[in-house]
Amino acid sequence: MRKGILFAGLMAGISSLSVTAAQAVEIEYWQYVFESRVTAMDQLIAAFEAANPDITVKQVTFPYADYQTRVVAANMAKQGPDVVQLFYGWADKFIDGKVIQPLSPEAFPHAAIEADFFPIVSAMKRGDDYYGLPTAVRSLALFYNKKLMTDAGLDGNAPPATLDELVAQAKATTQVDGAGNMTTAGITLDMAGQDHHWWREVLVRQFGGAPYSDDNATVTYNDAAGAAALKFYTDLQQVEKVGTVGFMDEGQAAFRAGRAAFTIDGTFRLGSFRTIEDFEWGVTELPANAEGVRSNYASYFANAIGAGATGEELAASEKFLAYISSEEAMKIWLDVVGELPARRAAALTDENLANPIYAPFLKGLEYAHTTQFVDEAAQRQTTVDMTNRVLIENQAIEASVAAAAEAEQAIIDQARK
Amino acid sequence: MTPLEQGAPARRPNRPSAFWTMRRRQLLWVWGFLAVPVLFYGVIRFYPTGHAFWLSLTDWDLMSEPNFIGFENYNRLWADPQFGKVFRNTFAYLIMGTPISLLLSFIIAFALDRVRFGHTFLRTLYFLPFITTASAMAWVWRWFYQPAPIGVINDFLSGFGIPQVAFLNSTTLALPSIMVTAIWAGLGFQIIIFMAGLRAIPTTYYEAARIDGLGEWSILRRITLPLLKPTTVFLVVFSSIAFLRIFDQVYNMTTNDPGGPLGSTKPLVLMIYQTAFSSYQMGYAAAQTVVLFTILLLVSLFQLWILRERK
Repeated sequence: MRKGILFAGLMAGISSLSVTAAQAVEIEYWQYVFESRVTAMDQLIAAFEAANPDITVKQVTFPYADYQTRVVAANMAKQGPDVVQLFYGWADKFIDGKVIQPLSPEAFPHAAIEADFFPIVSAMKRGDDYYGLPTAVRSLALFYNKKLMTDAGLDGNAPPATLDELVAQAKATTQVDGAGNMTTAGITLDMAGQDHHWWREVLVRQFGGAPYSDDNATVTYNDAAGAAALKFYTDLQQVEKVGTVGFMDEGQAAFRAGRAAFTIDGTFRLGSFRTIEDFEWGVTELPANAEGVRSNYASYFANAIGAGATGEELAASEKFLAYISSEEAMKIWLDVVGELPARRAAALTDENLANPIYAPFLKGLEYAHTTQFVDEAAQRQTTVDMTNRVLIENQAIEASVAAAAEAEQAIIDQARK
Repeated sequence: MTPLEQGAPARRPNRPSAFWTMRRRQLLWVWGFLAVPVLFYGVIRFYPTGHAFWLSLTDWDLMSEPNFIGFENYNRLWADPQFGKVFRNTFAYLIMGTPISLLLSFIIAFALDRVRFGHTFLRTLYFLPFITTASAMAWVWRWFYQPAPIGVINDFLSGFGIPQVAFLNSTTLALPSIMVTAIWAGLGFQIIIFMAGLRAIPTTYYEAARIDGLGEWSILRRITLPLLKPTTVFLVVFSSIAFLRIFDQVYNMTTNDPGGPLGSTKPLVLMIYQTAFSSYQMGYAAAQTVVLFTILLLVSLFQLWILRERK
């Protein structure tokens, strides 16, 4: 008798489960905690569920510090997400670890992706497959403090357009007290911030080199161009004396406090700089070299489909991914988060191009490069160390570049083994 | 125990089984209670420790199944130029940190022991850093060490026309600068333990010594220090382990360039952290952990042997 009741109960449970499964499918979306991103995603999910009443999307978030670990651990336990956000630089690891699956060319035709998105989307392509699509992208630009420029007798609305102008204007705005201590920096020097991207993808190219081979397997900056790029950077402190590594602890802190005239930073800093009240600031494209060569570094978080999604969940996930990488979603993301749309049509609107803040970042996207990092923190460390060897230990420029190239090559080889 | 075993059946003739003697029942109780901590330690401590030894022989990267690769991780560690530096740094923290902090805390405890006025207040002041979060303290000290115009120490120095000192941005000064904060942070605990040790010495010894006309210095050398030995041994081992495992101060004071500049402040634990949770090379990190474990074990055993009771 008792067994009979138990059995009936079990059957009822199973049948109710299968009934709900037929009516609605629930998928999980994972991203890391960042207030505006979570808010934006809530809005996107609400809009998506209104259009697709048979699909529910559950947003799951984790702190950034253990986001990767959580995703991987959940995947090993077969509890992974259906749609997951990941930094483009993690793609190799996530593909090798079978965390994400390739996008089906039927649902996401390659020709359409390549025509509609900015070219940096190729960083999510391996072989013939795309593994994810971005909602928003980030690029770098030069922030300038109009007040410090005006105080130094410069035109606050004529920021530097070339590297030479940058050095000249930085010199004019640098202030030193009687003891010889810097009180206001012309430009912030912070390799651990965004400067390592500026050096790697912008300066090296502007001095006639390339940071990596076309297949990203070989470090190629150990040449005259790499050395010239490093010399330009370290000369800002040693020769021109327009900035010091460690001034005000961090570059962005110095700029925020109104103690630095110029700083190079990304779109993600806009939210923080918008709260500055003490002075007016502006944004301009990263300076060109004397020949007019420009470059930029762009990066993004892409959304991908988890390897565990199959059948109905896969179909629902594809629908959801298509929606969150649509023009409509990108507009919401720009308004709420402030990150640039990844589709040309959504990004290069007249309204955005007329926006003095967004325009320089958007122009940068057209000629931006995306570094194929295998271990971003470790590779950044090699660039930080390369600069410190010159600035602290007075090592020769060429020797320091050679040592950095060797160390970074070892990291790449280790990861590709 | 024997009288109990013999006496038990006589007093309780209606016992169901002769198997459950008093001794056996007591053992059952003992193990019943012990099972909880034993299980806890087995699952939380010993199993992961053992597993780390196994992982150190694999190439586990968190993503794929671990493959056995023998001692390759150890060979790689041996050839890693960073490891030599990190090893030297770790021992620099130990060899400088432990004696300096013990000497300082003993002097302060010795003096505090004699102070009557404001004794509790002073003791609280010294103990406060120990109960403060290490990362919060590290950030305050980080601010102290900044160059002008924001660094407190450098601002003070430049007020006297003294040139700036590049505390955290120097390959030679960064490690001592961080060590100062670590010593300061641990001082309170060591002072309290030393004071407890001092109080435990019977005053009769001192009275006898004074009657015999011993000077203060001789009393310190012949009575206080020898009788304080158990306390000293405990603190040496305890603070050595703490310095060998230093992490919070270093990581928080050098977040922009963890363990920098140029790896000059990086201890072994920070290297393990970066290998495991930044580069996700779990197997390699496990090998580093095994090396750290071995060092901790050897240093502790060596110290216990050096400071052993000679009878």
